[in-house]
Amino acid sequence: MSTPTIAEANRLFEEGLLDPVELLSEVLHRASLTEAELHAYLTIDHEGARRRAEAAAERLARGERRGPLDGIPIALKDNLCTKGVETTCASQILAGWVPPYDATAVARLQEAGAVLVGKTNLDEFAMGSSTENSAYGPTRNPWDTERVPGGSSGGSAAAVAVGSAVAALGSDTGGSIRQPAALCGVVGFKPTYGLVSRYGLVAFASSLDQIGPITRTVADAGMLFEVIAGHDPLDATSYPGQVPRWDAELDAGVGGVRIGLVRELSGDGIDPEVAEVCRRVLDLLSDQGAQVVEVSLPTVEVALSAYYLVAPAECSANLARFDGIRYGLRVPGDTVSETMGRTRAEGFGPEVTRRILLGTYALSAGYYDAFYLQAQRVRALVVQDFAEAYQKADVLVSPTSPTTAFPLGAKVADPLAMYMSDVCTIPSNLAGHPAISLPVGLDSAGLPIGLQIMAPALGETLLFRVAAEVERVAGFDARPRLAEGMP
Amino acid sequence: MSAFMPIDIDIVHVARLARIDLHPDELESYRAQLGVILEHAAKVQAYDTSGVEPISHPLGFTNAFREDEPAPSLPRDEVLSAAPEARDGYFVAPPTMETE
Amino acid sequence: MTWEPVIGIEVHVELLTSSKMFCGCRVSFGDPPNTNVCPTCLGLPGSLPVPNRRAIEWLVKIGLALNCRINEWSVFHRKNYFYADLPKNYQISQYDHPVCVDGWLDVSGPDGAFRVGIERAHMEEDTGKSIHLGEGGRIHSATQTLLDFNRAGVPLVEIVSKPDIGTPPRARAFAQELREVILTLGVSDARLEEGSMRFDANVSLRRPGGPLGTKVEVKNMNSFRSLERALGYEIDRQRKLLEAGREVVQETRHWDEEAGVTQGMRTKEVSSDYRYFPDPDLVPIVVDTAWRERIAAELPELPAQRRARYLDQGVDPQTASVLSASEPDLRNLYDQAVEAGADPRTTALWVTGEITAALRRDEQLRLPAGGELAELLTLIEQGTVSASAAKEVLAGMLAGEGGAREVAERRNLIQISDSDALSEVVDTVLAENPDAVERYRAGEGKVLGFLVGQVMRATGGRADPRLVNRLLAERLG
Ligand SMILES: [Zn+2]
Repeated sequence: MSTPTIAEANRLFEEGLLDPVELLSEVLHRASLTEAELHAYLTIDHEGARRRAEAAAERLARGERRGPLDGIPIALKDNLCTKGVETTCASQILAGWVPPYDATAVARLQEAGAVLVGKTNLDEFAMGSSTENSAYGPTRNPWDTERVPGGSSGGSAAAVAVGSAVAALGSDTGGSIRQPAALCGVVGFKPTYGLVSRYGLVAFASSLDQIGPITRTVADAGMLFEVIAGHDPLDATSYPGQVPRWDAELDAGVGGVRIGLVRELSGDGIDPEVAEVCRRVLDLLSDQGAQVVEVSLPTVEVALSAYYLVAPAECSANLARFDGIRYGLRVPGDTVSETMGRTRAEGFGPEVTRRILLGTYALSAGYYDAFYLQAQRVRALVVQDFAEAYQKADVLVSPTSPTTAFPLGAKVADPLAMYMSDVCTIPSNLAGHPAISLPVGLDSAGLPIGLQIMAPALGETLLFRVAAEVERVAGFDARPRLAEGMP
Repeated sequence: MSAFMPIDIDIVHVARLARIDLHPDELESYRAQLGVILEHAAKVQAYDTSGVEPISHPLGFTNAFREDEPAPSLPRDEVLSAAPEARDGYFVAPPTMETE
Repeated sequence: MTWEPVIGIEVHVELLTSSKMFCGCRVSFGDPPNTNVCPTCLGLPGSLPVPNRRAIEWLVKIGLALNCRINEWSVFHRKNYFYADLPKNYQISQYDHPVCVDGWLDVSGPDGAFRVGIERAHMEEDTGKSIHLGEGGRIHSATQTLLDFNRAGVPLVEIVSKPDIGTPPRARAFAQELREVILTLGVSDARLEEGSMRFDANVSLRRPGGPLGTKVEVKNMNSFRSLERALGYEIDRQRKLLEAGREVVQETRHWDEEAGVTQGMRTKEVSSDYRYFPDPDLVPIVVDTAWRERIAAELPELPAQRRARYLDQGVDPQTASVLSASEPDLRNLYDQAVEAGADPRTTALWVTGEITAALRRDEQLRLPAGGELAELLTLIEQGTVSASAAKEVLAGMLAGEGGAREVAERRNLIQISDSDALSEVVDTVLAENPDAVERYRAGEGKVLGFLVGQVMRATGGRADPRLVNRLLAERLG
């Protein structure tokens, strides 16, 4: 047996062929086989997971399952607060910190009966595109352990890819769910900003951060989304209206749907093999009755610039609270001020330090208008751009990442090159729109290629409808080396 | 927009504002990196945004409030157990030297 | 040539809501340290702020009472600075889009009425409290800082006056008037000594009609008196500097109440760069016309309106001011007594005089109902009790002995105004004091006073003195 998807596990549960305790054992066994090479997890909560699996097994036996997530082992990115379980954000500055509360998304998973396996690795405070910026060592790509899994939710994507979790939550500020999903050959979905509460997600850039699922299938992503989405009175930016139904039109196909290929994200700067595979999928969709058109998002390039001002600016304030006074690391000095300065110098890694400095500069007197304010205006232009594109197409598509997984260390010395990995994903964050990445093929090196589908705000119903069809026509069923040879 | 370019980054000042005590050689290295990134970021200035309102919330709603009703606070032991130093119900920090 | 002071006042008012500004922790003073704290007000990773609707409404109330324009659209900003008692190392505040702008407050000062412009009033959150341990409790020599975050996140309204206050007594009158407005609105207990209302001042000097001088910020004034004194000292200090041809340095100075001086900070001033930007955790506040009007309709009678009403009712200006600044209970007593038919002028004098004094001596005393006070004043007016006996009746009423007549009767304080009854006493006194009668008749007029005294004594002070005088005059005439 290999680790099932959520849908498969539900069928096996109902047929009496599997129970949650057995499923957890399977998942933990998978972790024990892969962790030494992969390092997807920072913490595995053996005891808590066991307890929850047993409770789920009892509910199953009594015929009182709470829903499709009941008894499903799920991993959480380690920037989601978990009451009683260490939450580090892969940073030295939070080493050993145990939150006194659960993030809303985590609490909702618990209520749904999910079995929380552990906390997955990430780039420190979710800042990065390779999971190499973890203070506790990088996660490796399960398809080729000399390569990165993408980031920042690299641990979650790798765990789902090898089956050391059935599904996982990540967070996406500039592509941090979709890009690692693409590089690890799994599905990653960033919902419309505001649909999933950010309460308990350790903030990187508040106006861009959004929690979302990383799963093996589109339907699994939908099931997770349904549980974690919905208004939360603890998050003032949480959308007070109705959450769109992900499965309302799931089987409707793509007949008559206008699918726009983003011109700026399909030529220059995109690996030709990646571009080719994506184009082939569009042909298949066309065969299914979709109307494929080419659209333009002229602000795509400047969007990256705007992102690298807005996100650091917000992060510079969000991370100011890590000062060694109330929790986390303290490197003592003679005064409060010295203590804060030393704690922060030692506690933050280079990428986090770089972004805090960048953001501090962008907000400081004399530069605010030229940098931060102008970047927020450019953001409004990106929204306008999207609105025009959506006049011509119902959804937009592009590669998720310009390249497949790159070798460890390849971009560490060149921040700008690393930032370019997010060029396809960032526009959706700036606009707050939903976007999903799903695997559609392998390149000649056997590495997965992800296709990104984007929709307007609250356009989840159509997004899932198209994603389901892409999943069907692409027929991607490859598994990474590390997931093979299951007992 | 004017063709504003950051020529000089007062990295000592920036690091001080950000309260990160960096060594001089680290400061120099960050100054150089910031210069490269900001040169790229400065592309935002090439765009005509006259009449464009900066974005606030992507879904554009307003007035998210809570009612004025007390909710339980955290147990103090739990709060202080996370602190690097605590005594008699207080967080303990080194002396405060300056006021800002 | 003279120098003209230019004073602006910055006021912080802690709102007495049930819960904090951005979380559900209680607003409660004097609780054990760090007991009213949660992830949000401690700035724990992942926590988020959600604004308190009532706090916003109260800010709008304050703005309306200060004749401000209420911005339809306003936003919260983050004000970034590192400080041990600021949990997130940024304060959620307002910057270029505050809720209230461009108002004014009319003040009657010692030298007449004047108007102070209000620049703005905005919403922010309070910080925690630091206790500096060490020699003498002074910051400079502290060896440790103890931190209590119970106050962190308490709703704080900042009110900024325009720099158009000309003298320290006027600054004091403005501060007092503002406090009265806040108390009348019922949004804060506004205690200066406990810091729930805090005043900072900006002071500079200029030549009349000349450009503004360098301003100095003065902090740490814990009473109206110290506000006035500190400003007086600071103006003097600046004047001396300027007259000696020296310059005023832009800085923050602390008022030292004991030494009676303002002192600059010893450490080098770090130029502040707060890096304000809109808080992405919060959405804009929209106060539309309907909401604003609903709040306006709830506004109570404000101190200025109240004083005008007292004057209209015939109360003298001095008493009207004192009454207006009195506790709400006392003002209500006045209103109810007047409503029950008592004379406003007399009522005001009694409320601000005898009753206030009695309450000051003993806080446990129970205020009479308005009708009971009216009854007492009627008894005085009708001569049923004398003015001096009335004070005793009042004491009985405050001690809960009953209504005015009841107390007067029980304590035997009803005046004897019956001329038959008094005639008897007068005759007895005259019979017992033939000498005095003789001397009076011989032209020694002052002896009458002695005889009146004897009658009063014989009646235990209850005789109506006017009647006694008349009866004696009749018999001796
Ligand atoms: Zn709280």
